[in-house]
Parts: sequence; structure tokens; C-alpha cells
Amino acid sequence: MDHPFCLSDLRPGQRGTVEALHSVGAMRRRLLDIGLIEGTNVECLGRSPGGDPAAFLIRGAVIAIRSSDGRDVLLRER
Amino acid sequence: MGLTHSSTGLGAVDGGLVIEKLSPSDRVIALAGNPNVGKSTLFNALTGMNQHTGNWPGKTVSNAQGHCQRGEQGYVLVDLPGTYSLMAHSAEEEVARNFICFGKSDAVAVVCDATCLERNLNLVLQTLELTPNVVVCVNLMDEARRKGISIDFAELSRRLGVPVVGTVGRKKKTLNALLDALDTVAGEGRTSKPLVYYPKRMEESIAALEPHLRPVCGERLPVRWLALKLLEGDGPLLREASAFLGVDLLSDEPLMAETRAQREELDRWGFGGERVRDFMVSALVSAAERLCRGVVLHEKTAYDQTDRRLDRVLTSRGTGYPIMIALLALVFWLTIVGANYPSELLTQALFWVQDRLTGLFAALHAPDWLHGALVLGVYRTLAWVVGVMLPPMAIFFPLFTLLEDAGYLPRIAYNLDKPFRACKACGKQALTMAMGFGCNAAGIVGCRIIDSPRERLLAILTNNFVPCNGRFPTLIAVLTMFFVGTAGGFGASALSAMLLTLVILLGVGMTFAATRFLSATVLKGAPSSFTLELPPYRKPQVGRVIVRSIFDRTLFVLGRAAAVAAPAGLLLWVMANVTVGGATLLSHCAAFLDPFARLMGLDGVILMAFILGFPANEIVIPIILMAYLAQGSLLELDSLAEMRELFVANGWTWVTAVNVMIFSLMHWPCSTTLLTIKKETGSWRWTALAALLPTAAGMALCMVFTFFARLVGG
Repeated sequence: MDHPFCLSDLRPGQRGTVEALHSVGAMRRRLLDIGLIEGTNVECLGRSPGGDPAAFLIRGAVIAIRSSDGRDVLLRER
Repeated sequence: MGLTHSSTGLGAVDGGLVIEKLSPSDRVIALAGNPNVGKSTLFNALTGMNQHTGNWPGKTVSNAQGHCQRGEQGYVLVDLPGTYSLMAHSAEEEVARNFICFGKSDAVAVVCDATCLERNLNLVLQTLELTPNVVVCVNLMDEARRKGISIDFAELSRRLGVPVVGTVGRKKKTLNALLDALDTVAGEGRTSKPLVYYPKRMEESIAALEPHLRPVCGERLPVRWLALKLLEGDGPLLREASAFLGVDLLSDEPLMAETRAQREELDRWGFGGERVRDFMVSALVSAAERLCRGVVLHEKTAYDQTDRRLDRVLTSRGTGYPIMIALLALVFWLTIVGANYPSELLTQALFWVQDRLTGLFAALHAPDWLHGALVLGVYRTLAWVVGVMLPPMAIFFPLFTLLEDAGYLPRIAYNLDKPFRACKACGKQALTMAMGFGCNAAGIVGCRIIDSPRERLLAILTNNFVPCNGRFPTLIAVLTMFFVGTAGGFGASALSAMLLTLVILLGVGMTFAATRFLSATVLKGAPSSFTLELPPYRKPQVGRVIVRSIFDRTLFVLGRAAAVAAPAGLLLWVMANVTVGGATLLSHCAAFLDPFARLMGLDGVILMAFILGFPANEIVIPIILMAYLAQGSLLELDSLAEMRELFVANGWTWVTAVNVMIFSLMHWPCSTTLLTIKKETGSWRWTALAALLPTAAGMALCMVFTFFARLVGG
């Protein structure tokens, strides 16, 4: 992988832990609101019919995030 | 953020909410909560009011208040906008926070989703930083039980230091415990203990600021929280707080000097700028995690398995789109089949009454013009509206609400985000589009859920491209008469449903095209970022949905249509019976519109009906009928087959029928919708564009279709 492992790299069924949040502005605040802070476990549940956005399980809630936004959420393997 | 105060009217609510107590001893209770936790259902159950509830974020966008009486004690309940946080990132959050801070409520009930308690605690903790008079209301306990989730209320209450009660919003008796708890916290003078601990360096800064704040705040605002806001540098809040306290905090030099010193200190330790807020959020999330540990127990490890399975089917690459279309077709089929028989029965009954009325007028020797105006004008138009339009409306609306209730609509938004993004818009527009099927005005209000102002305008301007509940019956009637045959049977109804689905898909296609067109011209821009919650599926409350949609919506819409239909019927009768220069006013009008209407493959009467139908689309077909009848070809008419004969006698062909459907799908929005657009955009120019866009598209499409149809000899 030539770029760091990020949220949009997760395939359905894969999990990861948030390492850093590089999103800015409104998106950053929204992701923080749903509890996406460092150390949060996420799981990719599936992709929409068009392949993007994808659905993630974040702290018990299912949130759809586009891959362009997911690139700013860096993950580490669990 | 995207919602500006002037555009949503939230600003007005924010400043102008006047609490109406019935008696001075009434307690003011604020209902706060995340979106989609059943807060509005709870509010309705407590107050007996009928706020529309929905299964997606942003539904409750402005405060609503209602009254609830229990024995001697009265309560004024204020339904705050659903928010995830009180950090005032959006207009809704600001409204909610300001009400809790400055609204002088006696207690705040924070409504939480039992199936997702940990995340909901974020809001609870933020509320507790503002006031100790909090009751945590863990709602949707029935859903939690179904998923094998149990919650130790006693322990959670001990940890939080406030009462915690479990409720099922739809079951009224579970609400007594909530009111008891609210009485307890509202009645006693409570103090709060901090539950959220920030990094040590931040705590030191808070401690340094608190002594400066205590003398100004007294008991009126929580000092710890205000200190945090100073460190965060939340200017607007500090101004609001200053106004509330009557002391300008921002010109309190010792306080400001201390704040600057502490912020520099924090900067040095790596808590500068945006980072302060990050640490604040992290502290909240960790506290929520800690508080839930051992309190929330999952009996089934795969508690959300059913939801995941459903999502796999409803949103997967292979089945997502086909199921969406199939569900749409199924809803149409049920509507068509279900409406057929009652429609016939109603029409026959209503015309039986017409004959009796005629008999009565004759027996009373009433003058002909009176009988004509009242019975042949007013009554007959009303009868058409009720007979032809009511049954499909009464069936479609509840079916659609069931899908909404079950939580399917956010999945549509999820499925359609990609195509909408290709048009430089966002998937939430699919939600508002779907709401437009019920009522375009409702769809346009719903556009508030879209954060980006540009994308919101796109959704508002294109909402009318999907037909509302009031236009479906027109489409169904024309389809049935001209393309399926009126014989009935399963094959016929299935064919009707399929054709109707195609018409709707044309509307959806036009929505995409118009969105794309707008974002390439007047609303240029790149798609913004987006997050969408896919809430758990819920068992729809069938009985309630039916009652609610029939009484709240169908009868309301019908009432509106009837209110318009009666005068329109009268007007039509007058126009058909007053002659000027050898022809009736009606023929003059129709003749005037005719040349232009012919270009679109319609006739003058049809175009006139669409114009007269401006206040309510439901009356278009009845007006066409009335106008043709007034020109005197048929008198008895109590089935679709006879209606078809009348239309054919007036020159309708399949081309006319197609054009009527196209124009019904695409013309100016009804008056209510236009007023709503004006209110939501705050601009007559956008409102004019919203009317112009579908009208131009409809006219152009009709003309092109007519041209080609004539070429091939249609």
C-alpha cells in the first residue's frame, strides 16, 4: 500500500481502529460527533450499490461515509 | 453549519419562543435527544399533539411546545431539535443549547436510544455540564429488548447522579415514571458533579478561570462549562452568555487576560486551536464509554444480525436498485388494486346522492340556475374529487408511511448517493425526493436535513419533479383508461403499476437531469462531504400509521382539495353557463388556450384545468370532467370506462393521455408548495425558478413528444 491504511480501504467485514483523524472543518466535527476519535473501533459493513459510499459500524451506529471523506480517517490494524 | 438562520427560520424560533404556561405552577420541561430516538413520538404521547415524526435526522428542526397535565401538576414540554451534540456546530445545535442554557426550563429530559446508549450519552454528558436538572430517558426499550440488550438503570443513575428511566414512547403508561423523575429533579435544588475529565493541562486552565467567572455567573450559568467555552474561544456563545448575564464577559479585562494566558499555555502543551475541541470531544466519548461499561449488557452477540442481513439485501450491488424499484411498483400496485373497488362504490354512492339532491331541488321548485350552480357545479366537482382522488390517496399515503416508519428511506438515500453525487448533489436529496411522493411541500421542508446550502437549493428546486400524493390519482386514472383498459383483473393492475413505475422513473430521471443542469449553470459547485446515519430497522406501527396518515394527511389534503374544488366547481358552472357573444365563457377561455395547448398535444380545457388546479393538483381531472360535461355530451358518468368515452368524445387519443401524464408530472408546483419554497429559500427568484424549471421541462417534453407522435401518425 503506497498510502496509509484508511477508512475507505476497509472491505466489507474488515475492521480497524482509528489512528488519526485528518478531516477538517464541518466533516471533522461531524465525525467527532458520532464518536470517531482515536482508538475507536470501526467495521465496514458493506458498500452501496454504486460502490460508494460504504456503511461503517461506529460505536453501535451505522454511518455511511463516502470514500473521498474516509481517506482522511487513518486506521491501524486491530 | 449550512443552514443559515434566515433561510430556515430557526433564528426566529431561537429568539422568539414564548413559553405558554396554562398555570404559573406549570413546569417547563425541555426534551433533548439525538435525531431518530423517538423524541417526537414521546412528545406526541405526552402532549397528545400530532407533530409529524420521522425516521431520519433533522426531522424536528424547530422548537415545538405542548402541554401535559397530570393531576394537579401541569407541564409545558418543549421539543428541541434533534442533535448529536450541543457544541453549536449547526443552527439546530445552537437552538437546543441556547434553550437549555438560557431558556429557564425546570428540567431537561435527554431522550436516548436504548439500542445505542453509549453514543447517546455524549449528549447527556454535555447537557449535564449545563444543568444538573436532568433526567435520562432511555427510550425504545422495546427495540432494545428485541435485540437482547439490557440496561442497569440503577447503576447508570448512580454513576450519572441523575434519575434514569426506561420508556417505550408509544406506550403511554411507561411515561409516568418519566414524569415522576422530572418532578423529582425539578423540585429539588441540585448541584452537579463533573463527570467528564479533561486532560490535566486543560483541567488546570479551567481551574484558573473558574474564580474569575464565579462572581459574574453566580448560580445562573455553570462556571466549569463557561470556562471551557472561553478556552475553546466560542465567540457567539460568549456574546449570548453576556447578554443573558447582563455583564459583557468579552470586555472583562482580568478574565480576558487570564483566558489569553491560559490559551497560550495550552498552545505550548499542544492543545492549541482546533485541538482543544478535539480533546473535549475525546473526553466526552471516553467518559461515555466508561459510564456504559458493565451497565449495558448484550445478551446476543449478534444483536444487530437482522438489520445487517436486511441491509445486505436492500443495499447490495446486485439487489439494491431492483428491490427499490420493485418496492415502488408494489406500492403502486397495491394502491391501484386497493383503490379500484372503493372508488367505484364511492362514485356510485355520491352520484346516487346527486340524483336525490336533484329530486329535492325539483320538489322545492328551486330555480334551474340554483340547482345548476350548487348541484351540477359545486357538488359534482366535490364528488369527483372524493370519488376519484380519495381512494388512491388514502391507500398510497399509509403504504408510503410504512416504508418510512420501517427505516427504509435512509437506505434509499444511501443507494442513490452515488448517482446524485454524479449530479454534484448529495444522497440526502433522495430522502427529500422520496418525501415529495407524499407531499412536495413536506419534501421541501425536509430539505433542511441537507447541510450544504447549494445542495439544499438543488433539492428544493427539483423536488416537484416527483409527483405528490395529489398527482398520483391523475396518473393512475389516465393510465388505466388509456393504456390498460378498464376491465380490471390481476394482469391489468400489474400492468398499470408497471407503467406508473415507469412514469415515476421518468420523474426521477428528470430530477437527476434538472439537478445536473442546475449545478452546471446557476448552482455551480463541488459536492460537499456527507455522513448519513442508517438507523436500525423498526417494526412499523401499522395501526398508528394508518390512523395517522388517514387523519393527519389524507383528510387534510382532501379537505384542502375540497375547499378548492367547491369554488372551482361553482366558477366552472358559471363559466359554462354565462354566454358572451354567442359562446360560453368556458369555450372562450378554452379557445384562447387551445392553440398553445395543441402544440403540447393537449387541448384548451386540459390546460385550463391545470391552471385552475394551481391551488391543489387533486382537482385537475375533476375540472376536465366538469368542463367536458358542461359542454354537454354525457350526463351519467359513474365509471372509468364511461369517463374514457367522454374523453375520447372530446378528442383524446393515447397521445393526449401521454401528454397529460407528462404535464401532470412536470408543471408548476401547487400554491402551497410554492409558498413553502418561498419560505425556505427566502427568495422570490428561487421560487420563480422552481416554478419555471418543471413547467419549461414539461412543456418542452410534451411538444417534442407530440411532434414525433404526429410524425408517426399517432
